[in-house]
Amino acid sequence: MNQLVSSPHAHNRSSVQQTMLLVCAALLPATLYGLYLFGWPAINLFLLCLATAIGSEAACLKLAGRSTQSCWDGSALLTGWLIAMTLPPWAPWWIAVVGTLFAVVIGKHLYGGLGQNLFNPAMLARVGLLISFPVEMTTWIDVTPITSAAAPGFIDSLAITAGITPIPDAVTGATALGHVKTALTMDVTVPDAMAESYSAGSAFFGNIRGSLGETSALLLLLGGLFLLYKRVISWHIPVSMLGTLVVLSLIFSLVNPDRFEPPLFHLLTGAMMLGAFFIATDMVTSPTTTTGQLVFGAGIGAVAFIIRSWGSFPEAIGFAVLFMNAVTPIIDRYFRPRIYGYTLTGKPINTGKE
Amino acid sequence: MFGKLKIRGGVHAEERKEQSTGLPIHILGIPPVLKLPLRQHAGRPADPVVKVGDHVLKGQLIATSTGDDVCASLHAPTSGTVTAVGPVTAPHPSSLTTDAITIEPDGLDKGLESLESSDPMLLTAAEIADRVDQAGIVGLGGATFPAALKLKSGARQKIDTLILNGSECEPYLTCDDMLMRERAEGIISGARLIQRAIGARRIVAGIEDNKPEAIEAMQAAAAGFDDVSVQVIPARYPMGSAKQLIHAIMGREVPAGGRSSEVGALVHNVATAFAVHQALYDNRPLLSRIVTLSGQCIDTPRNVEVLLGTPVSWLLEHSGGLTETPARIVMGGPMMGQILRTQDVPITKGASGILALAEPEISKTESSPCIRCGSCVNACPMGLVPLEMARHSNAEDFEGASEFGLSDCILCGSCAYVCPSHIPLVHYFQFAKGELSAKREQTRRGELTKSLSEARNARLEKEAAEKAAAKAAKAAKAKAAKEAREKAKAEKAAQEAKEQANEESGS
Repeated sequence: MNQLVSSPHAHNRSSVQQTMLLVCAALLPATLYGLYLFGWPAINLFLLCLATAIGSEAACLKLAGRSTQSCWDGSALLTGWLIAMTLPPWAPWWIAVVGTLFAVVIGKHLYGGLGQNLFNPAMLARVGLLISFPVEMTTWIDVTPITSAAAPGFIDSLAITAGITPIPDAVTGATALGHVKTALTMDVTVPDAMAESYSAGSAFFGNIRGSLGETSALLLLLGGLFLLYKRVISWHIPVSMLGTLVVLSLIFSLVNPDRFEPPLFHLLTGAMMLGAFFIATDMVTSPTTTTGQLVFGAGIGAVAFIIRSWGSFPEAIGFAVLFMNAVTPIIDRYFRPRIYGYTLTGKPINTGKE
Repeated sequence: MFGKLKIRGGVHAEERKEQSTGLPIHILGIPPVLKLPLRQHAGRPADPVVKVGDHVLKGQLIATSTGDDVCASLHAPTSGTVTAVGPVTAPHPSSLTTDAITIEPDGLDKGLESLESSDPMLLTAAEIADRVDQAGIVGLGGATFPAALKLKSGARQKIDTLILNGSECEPYLTCDDMLMRERAEGIISGARLIQRAIGARRIVAGIEDNKPEAIEAMQAAAAGFDDVSVQVIPARYPMGSAKQLIHAIMGREVPAGGRSSEVGALVHNVATAFAVHQALYDNRPLLSRIVTLSGQCIDTPRNVEVLLGTPVSWLLEHSGGLTETPARIVMGGPMMGQILRTQDVPITKGASGILALAEPEISKTESSPCIRCGSCVNACPMGLVPLEMARHSNAEDFEGASEFGLSDCILCGSCAYVCPSHIPLVHYFQFAKGELSAKREQTRRGELTKSLSEARNARLEKEAAEKAAAKAAKAAKAKAAKEAREKAKAEKAAQEAKEQANEESGS
């Protein structure tokens, strides 16, 4: 009571930890389903990401001379979790460790810790890994549910995660996005390539090859709607991002259906749902005003479409998010709310008197 | 209908109002001592007109407003003896002292002889304003701006609508709610006097939809008058802020840097209107006010009518007391009220509530880094970017902070209420506003000094130039005279030589 405290004396009881844990809770269904689809090696990788994230967070906080208590605020947990969602499920251990260390140490703490980073740490890790280790990062295992006969047991899974047992080529393949991309270079049309590798139903429900965050669009969408309902995120970024992507892909695919994928394909593949509801909405690296968020989302949608259609990488969310992260300070500078009593140009409102 | 009345941003705080509306307003007795700070209004302190030992009667003027300054007079709330004129502990978080008049009541509550008065509705606008000034009435919603000044400036401008502020958007507080329920007729009567004083066309009472009883009572009281209406507005903090209320009711924003009158509106709190009614009909200056006692640690949450100057400790003791030691005592509402570090402070004109809050009711979490979630941006009713203002204030870049709207901040606390990182944003902004105005004052003084010294230099230079010019002129004159003399001499010599030559030739 002797401390000088300012009003307000009430609070809506929200906290950073609560926010972060709600996001994790929203990720849970898709995660559990993905872990089920890819079995023990995926579980190993997932736990390894979480442990590395929290461990490196604690180490960084200690080095910075801050309270290590805040390594439990959920932000490191979420970063590790999101990285795990973007990795090939049977990737070796060092992919998880290197990626997570890169995200937490360089992507977050070198900038000054929580709230200070310019780029989304999880996307930084994903893009860094993809460029550095393209083979490991594009080895996609077939769906082998943990209960199926083909699924490795716990002991075998340790060998896979440790990188001792090589993954046989027979059980791997490309993601739908990757397949269509490759097919296009061999003059196969989009409809033919899609017919070979993709069905909207399995992409929607998640019974497909890909990272944990790439499998079930449905569960990720439900998680996103939960976050909207809980008001952890607002609709602006997901709607403008997905809307832009749909509009662009619709126009191009109508004009040239052999060359450009249709909107639904874009929405259901390549972790688009994860990107729209969980990655792009990262508070630290997205604009703070609603108009800024609309611009930001539209930018990601457009850049992702451009990269997917003309770039050399099949998957584009990571690059698109990082690109728009870089312009977030500019968006924040130019898209501010109108202040009460001022016009949009910042002059006092003219009342017509005087 | 509510679409138009909505305000931007704001928060819907937990109301906790029902706790204190169960009992009628209780009129509290006379405490053993009354301490009346000379400054319990916005502006300059009042000048005391009594001295130690003087006996005063109820309603007697004890400190007068100082001429044309922003100031309000003070009256003895009951009869008694002045025992001190000097510093007492101020009802402020700093616990610093403030000058006050201390009265020891004699318990007789003897009033002044009542004057015969004519019908106040027959008074002129200026007379009403003068009577309000003499009664020491200030804005009782919390801003405590002298009411008479608002009436006088209102009379000079073209005011269309007198808005009666009955929104009472702060959680816990119900003093205006209960006043409207119990004394609606007095409020409307006072409002009609104010309307007369400022020449407004109509009166609109804005009441939040969470006060159905008050709305009903006010509607009944307004029924007889065509130009008085009650407008139900959605409950959303900070609806009670004048700018937000005007926007909700008139659909117009007050221009930046301007006053409410620029959109033809003037806002008065319902309690202020009631005080005006009492002053003009009952010849009773502002002697008491209604205070909400609430919070988890209060035994009997309710509203009490308290004499100004009553010590908070006595007030709490005599209205049921505390059930446990409060974690925090707040004067005013939880959103904008001030923490009290001691109960040994008096109730002042602006004290709308005394809240004794328990640990679970307050926010005491340590702050953590900003995660740029933008909650504060969405909550700000003024359209500011609190997180950027805080960032710049923290770096002592106050000009940078004002670029994001620091000077338009109304310190309502909506941003801090929703901040998940528990950053004390209002604290930062209060500090930054203080620093900014100090800095601007310094710059202003610096510029004044500079312009004065420049003027001095210019004057000195001018004087020097004039001196030099005078000297030069003098020198030129002397030279001319000398030349003239020499010329004359030369001519004379020539003449003489000529004459000599003539003489020589003639001889």
